[in-house]
Amino acid sequence: MTAVSDRDLVVDVKGLCKTFHSRSGGSREALRDVSFSVERGSCLAVVGESGSGKTTAARIVAGLETASDGTVEIIAPRTAGTSRRGVQMVFQDPYGSLDPRQTIGAGLHELLKIHGLRRKAERSARATELLESVGLDDRHAAQYPASLSGGQRQRVAIARALALEPALLILDEAVSALDVSVQAQVLNLLADIREQTEISYLFVSHDLGVVRQVSDTCIVLKNGRLVETGRTADLLDSPEEAYTQALIDAVPRPGWRPRRRTA
Amino acid sequence: MTPTPLLDIHDLHVRVRHRGEQRTLVRDVSLSLDTAESIGLVGESGSGKSMTIKAAMRLLPPGATAEGQVEFGARDVLKLNRRDLSRYRSREVALIHQDPRAHINPTRTIAQFITEGVVHTGQMTKDEAVERACDLMADVGITDAQRRMRQFPHQLSGGLLQRVMIVAALLPSPRLIFADEPTTALDVTVQSDVMAILGERIRDRQVSMLFVTHDLDLAAAVTDRLAVMYAGTVVESGTSAEIYRRPLHPYTAGLLQSRPSTAEVRRPTAIPGRPVAAYEAGKGCPFAPRCSFTTDRCHTERPDRRTVEGRSVACHRVEEIADLLKEHAP
Repeated sequence: MTAVSDRDLVVDVKGLCKTFHSRSGGSREALRDVSFSVERGSCLAVVGESGSGKTTAARIVAGLETASDGTVEIIAPRTAGTSRRGVQMVFQDPYGSLDPRQTIGAGLHELLKIHGLRRKAERSARATELLESVGLDDRHAAQYPASLSGGQRQRVAIARALALEPALLILDEAVSALDVSVQAQVLNLLADIREQTEISYLFVSHDLGVVRQVSDTCIVLKNGRLVETGRTADLLDSPEEAYTQALIDAVPRPGWRPRRRTA
Repeated sequence: MTPTPLLDIHDLHVRVRHRGEQRTLVRDVSLSLDTAESIGLVGESGSGKSMTIKAAMRLLPPGATAEGQVEFGARDVLKLNRRDLSRYRSREVALIHQDPRAHINPTRTIAQFITEGVVHTGQMTKDEAVERACDLMADVGITDAQRRMRQFPHQLSGGLLQRVMIVAALLPSPRLIFADEPTTALDVTVQSDVMAILGERIRDRQVSMLFVTHDLDLAAAVTDRLAVMYAGTVVESGTSAEIYRRPLHPYTAGLLQSRPSTAEVRRPTAIPGRPVAAYEAGKGCPFAPRCSFTTDRCHTERPDRRTVEGRSVACHRVEEIADLLKEHAP
């Protein structure tokens, strides 16, 4: 795959490798020569089973993990007068990613203060704006994470990530832990945010139904290697690799019968 | 003349004490399950689906109480004495948990875990149990059973461990299996494997299954009948195929529409608000605050279960809205 220069990329990952070493001297190759890129304003889904390396890839792009080899280029020009930062991440567990002893509003204030909004009035206005953008309001700002539902907590996590106007939002199984009816709300919210801003998503998920709804392009990982890449619709309608087909076949749907892979 | 059902849950209520007040988690649940039949108990968090099977096994957490009848083979499980209860749990029914890693003793080998129950209750000798377990492991697709039996849980993957749990559940030849989200923690490909294995086993041995899940698509595919739970009550029950094709309760229809499809891009129709638990529901229909078909009556009067089109539905407006729901169905 050759890089086309006129494509407006947000992140360009080339030849990513990651090997984890255990204390006993063993090592495990989590990623091997994985390359992908995300175009500005688009959504790339990373699909695979557990242990396929999809979360590792996302964590490397977020800077939470270092790659053993390969490059990650974040192309996020800092336009004058904005606080635009490169990358933000939303994690799977909305219970574990918020401070239980801080109200939602105080958390947002702290975040905005650290990132340069000095005047309190300015921060309050921005905090309200952020909460509104994810369908919450000032009433929620006074609450602690424990009194919010799972869906609301995940909205708060998204609001906090959006506070820095990132060029790329990494969502690591961000809707997997939510109830189906609430998951649909958050998916719609993510679609709306992408319509209104020029944000890009790197969407890590094992759920092909969710991937179909949110992503434009898609990569499939298996045991740390890139198996297939392409437009999400093409890839899910006519996969070229048997592994991708097996993933699709395993999703329950009308008339579906569970099948054993092993005889 | 209908034969007596294997399991007959009647007017089950489950309450827990929370900070000095009684909270209802399950309200007025009735279900009956015939021999060799499988029922899917579907609902979101707080719907009371897990509590229902915990009550049916008398495994409720401390502080929780069950009222009503859980009849298994004409005996009320809730009134069994210690000895009969032990017999019921060890021979008649089995439970498959959601997370095998949390429910298999990490300090004991697979062989010890699988055979402990049947040996302890005197159903088999140790050697018999090991032999039968090895056969069963081969049946569920575990290769190299002898070696697996000597291993510890941390040496097995999640999919393998869940198969081990299935083997342990099947070993005493129970008549009924409670499966509490048995595949939720697994990859979809492994889920397909595990469900196929479970399906084969229960067909071959005429075992009944009460399958608890949040996944309506999965439940509809693997069970004969469905009971959809919301806020501690069953809002709709009927055959899986019919419910899937033509949901009659607005909540069932909403669940079907919220689920993103792998085949097409369609903005999922979200149900506003969040799922509530039984004690949070008001005096009207528990689903009314999230329903788009409500009238004043829905907010003030709790709908009873009624039989509509051969199904049991708890909604005041079934007849009026059934056709509207169908149009929205995927």
